[in-house]
Amino acid sequence: MDSISIVAMASIFGAALAMAIGSLGPGLGMGQAISQALAAIAQQPDERNSLTRTLFVGLAMIESIAIYCFVISMILIFANPFWGHIIK
Amino acid sequence: MEIVSLNQISPDQVILWSWRFIVINATILYTWLVMAILVVGSWFITRHLSSEMNVSRWQHFLEVIISIIRGEISEMTKSGADRYVPLVGTLFLFICVSNVLVIVPGFVAPTSSMTTTAALATCVFIAVPFYGISRNGLFHYVREYFQPNFIFFPFHVMGELSRTLALTVRLFGNIMSHEKVVGILLAVTPFLFPVVMQILGLLIGVIQAYIFAILSMVYIASALSAEDEVHHTETNKEGVSA
Repeated sequence: MDSISIVAMASIFGAALAMAIGSLGPGLGMGQAISQALAAIAQQPDERNSLTRTLFVGLAMIESIAIYCFVISMILIFANPFWGHIIK
Repeated sequence: MEIVSLNQISPDQVILWSWRFIVINATILYTWLVMAILVVGSWFITRHLSSEMNVSRWQHFLEVIISIIRGEISEMTKSGADRYVPLVGTLFLFICVSNVLVIVPGFVAPTSSMTTTAALATCVFIAVPFYGISRNGLFHYVREYFQPNFIFFPFHVMGELSRTLALTVRLFGNIMSHEKVVGILLAVTPFLFPVVMQILGLLIGVIQAYIFAILSMVYIASALSAEDEVHHTETNKEGVSA
């Protein structure tokens, strides 16, 4: 196997693994956060506004981890920096 | 009509016009378009403002938007929203309009380019010390970096930088990923399913605009509230001792 196909294969597998593993944790975390927030809203409907805002901020924080993984897999597929070393 | 093809990660790569070192790419063009829509639209609406009983429906529209933004901000700062409405409201309106206009064919959201989101996040990065210093003074603001002791200074600086990066990548990743997902689905299952994803994309776009504005307000409020907390604890101590 020549070096071009090794780099291509490693990039594709790396991107797939980054998405697969990287979305697992944030998915679990966001589910936990939403269930807790729903329980809190059900207990105290008056505090709905501040709970929802805090929930959104927290979800954005958790989600950014998955977004990092996504951006890295996108870079690996579309703008791979290692192609420059191989193709000259 | 496809301006950014599927294997291009950002509309920066689409060069529409170039003359020597001046390059107009798709991001700049659509940023100007959104700016023009916002500026001309608000100029037309605010030309005939009235405080009578019969208010034009566009004035109602703007008043509703502004009062919602002011309400959200004043809930978070507890002290006068008017200072922060120009910055945070502009960020929200710009991101919201550029995300929602994606349903217009041929429009590419400028927020799907990392340069735009980095510029917006840099605005927040500069605005946080600006508001903090203008409210509490330079000494109080710098002292916050050395709380609880001087070892934490690099961590505070890293926190500032990493949350700017997080703001950038979050908005860019969400909008760009949605464009790519719709493009891929259009190739795999045409017609019905991409439409559903477009509707979901509108929701995501508005939520991301909300999150960007709320997070920048949270960061600004965190630079402000330190003084208030100190004030509160001091009054509590006085109350206890008295």
